[in-house]
Amino acid sequence: MNNDVLIRIEHLSRHYGPIRAVENISFEVKRGEVLGFLGPNGAGKSTTMQILTGNLSPSAGRVIINGYDILDQPRLAKAELGYLPETPPIYRELTVYEYLLYCARLNKIPKNQLRNAINSAMERCGLTETRKRLIGNLSKGYQQRVGIAQAIIHSPAVVILDEPTVGLDPIQIREIRSLIRELSNNHSVILSTHILPEVQSTCNRVQIINKGKLVLNESIDDLNQQMQSDNLLIAFRHPPGIQALESIGGVVRVNKVDNERFELHIEPANDPTDKIVKMSADQNWHLYELSPQRRSLEEIFMAITSSEHQHVDVEPQALSVAAGESN
Amino acid sequence: MIIFTIAARELRSLFLSPLAWAILAVIQFILTYFFLLYVEQFIKIQPGLAQYPNAPGVTEIVVMPLLDTAGLILLLVMPILTMRLISEERRNRTLSLLFSAPVSMTEIILGKFIGILSFTLIIVALLAMMPLSLLAGTNLDTGLLFSGLLGLILLVSSFAAVGLYMSSLTSQPTIAAISTFGVLLLLWILDAAGTTGGESDRVFSYLSTLRHFQPMLKGVFDSSDIIYYLLFITTFLVLSIRRLDADRLQH
Repeated sequence: MNNDVLIRIEHLSRHYGPIRAVENISFEVKRGEVLGFLGPNGAGKSTTMQILTGNLSPSAGRVIINGYDILDQPRLAKAELGYLPETPPIYRELTVYEYLLYCARLNKIPKNQLRNAINSAMERCGLTETRKRLIGNLSKGYQQRVGIAQAIIHSPAVVILDEPTVGLDPIQIREIRSLIRELSNNHSVILSTHILPEVQSTCNRVQIINKGKLVLNESIDDLNQQMQSDNLLIAFRHPPGIQALESIGGVVRVNKVDNERFELHIEPANDPTDKIVKMSADQNWHLYELSPQRRSLEEIFMAITSSEHQHVDVEPQALSVAAGESN
Repeated sequence: MIIFTIAARELRSLFLSPLAWAILAVIQFILTYFFLLYVEQFIKIQPGLAQYPNAPGVTEIVVMPLLDTAGLILLLVMPILTMRLISEERRNRTLSLLFSAPVSMTEIILGKFIGILSFTLIIVALLAMMPLSLLAGTNLDTGLLFSGLLGLILLVSSFAAVGLYMSSLTSQPTIAAISTFGVLLLLWILDAAGTTGGESDRVFSYLSTLRHFQPMLKGVFDSSDIIYYLLFITTFLVLSIRRLDADRLQH
């Protein structure tokens, strides 16, 4: 049961006239997964989410939510769906409680469970104290929370959040992130954002979309491996010559950063760290700094999304990531 | 019952803004003025009327002109009431709440329509108080009164249906209001085309909303008039549903 696919997208395309906003995207999200949807502005993130939630019809392709096709059985599919659009769909003239009551009724929550559903949604989003306030008078962050409460009120199988942490303060962001992780216990979550650390801290899978195409689809664990780069930064008080370092087995290339620091390009399979430490001790190089260099998600993101217009320094690894898109 | 949930929210939001209260107050003020005017007229001619057998009574001379005037005033007011129905939700991006809930387009449109209809029923009920207050001093022709009120309700419902459709076309409430007003006025004065004679003009005249309202004010209850209004309302509701459906297709 824990491995069932809750969202399946097959060859999804969407054109606005001659503009191809989304082109031939396919992916799946399983129960318990949090999928981070990344991409530069205008890449097609919001369009994809609008299609997923039935707000927009696809030009081609299918969307299946928990086994129901969103076009053929919209009612059943949408009952399994909670959606927070970019702009939270709130009525400013209602109070938080009235608004959530309306949302709960729209989602056909049985009468005797209404109160519980609303209270638990308010509690999870930290809205209990603002229940009687007008939504229009709340700050942006609280309005965003109301939007999230609306999306989870009927505990749908699939929660789709379009940039949920926009406009929140750091504490709220942390709360929302833990809420998302909590949601992932029994829902699938799709999350679009352009805040990269957010993806690293909350998601267990990442997709990068650029110009309507899916260019990366990896689990966070795989990605972390990818990010473990084969560069080593070391510093000595009495540095040896470059020649001496290059002669160590496993070192491919040495770049001198400054008088004491070197950047070593190494073979991951034949890690020379041990040897370097030993030689340093033996020959009094006075090693005082040694750190493996990790490539951040940001670098991968930049490498992938900008590789099409200008050729930045794309490392062969990043390319292999890009190539491994549609498994 | 989703329809009533949507209708209730619509009605509630109307009353949460000062607009609904202002409209109720202004309509009531103007119609009361007309009512008193008609009553005064009736008191003036009443002694003369007594000489004729089968003379028109208070219902014909006071109540029916009042309903007629109410129809015209509501034609001016309905565009303002209906303009926000969908256009504002589109502008504030709240439509996606309805679109991503397990609710069909038909339910959304019917909910909105019933919501605005409930408001017009409140207007009509307040209006009906005035003729009913005459019961304290005289007898009313209740059959005629109810035929007139039913006519007014049907007329105003058809205004609401047009307004709802116009509101579904745009994201600017003012544009919705102006185009609704244009359409309603045109449908009202189409009747004038019929008076100049000619076979084709009669067709135009038949389409006029006014033309099917007048007989009911005279107590003529023709089922074809009722069907005209029901068809009219259904047409605009179906158009609205289709328009809302099209929202997802193109952008």
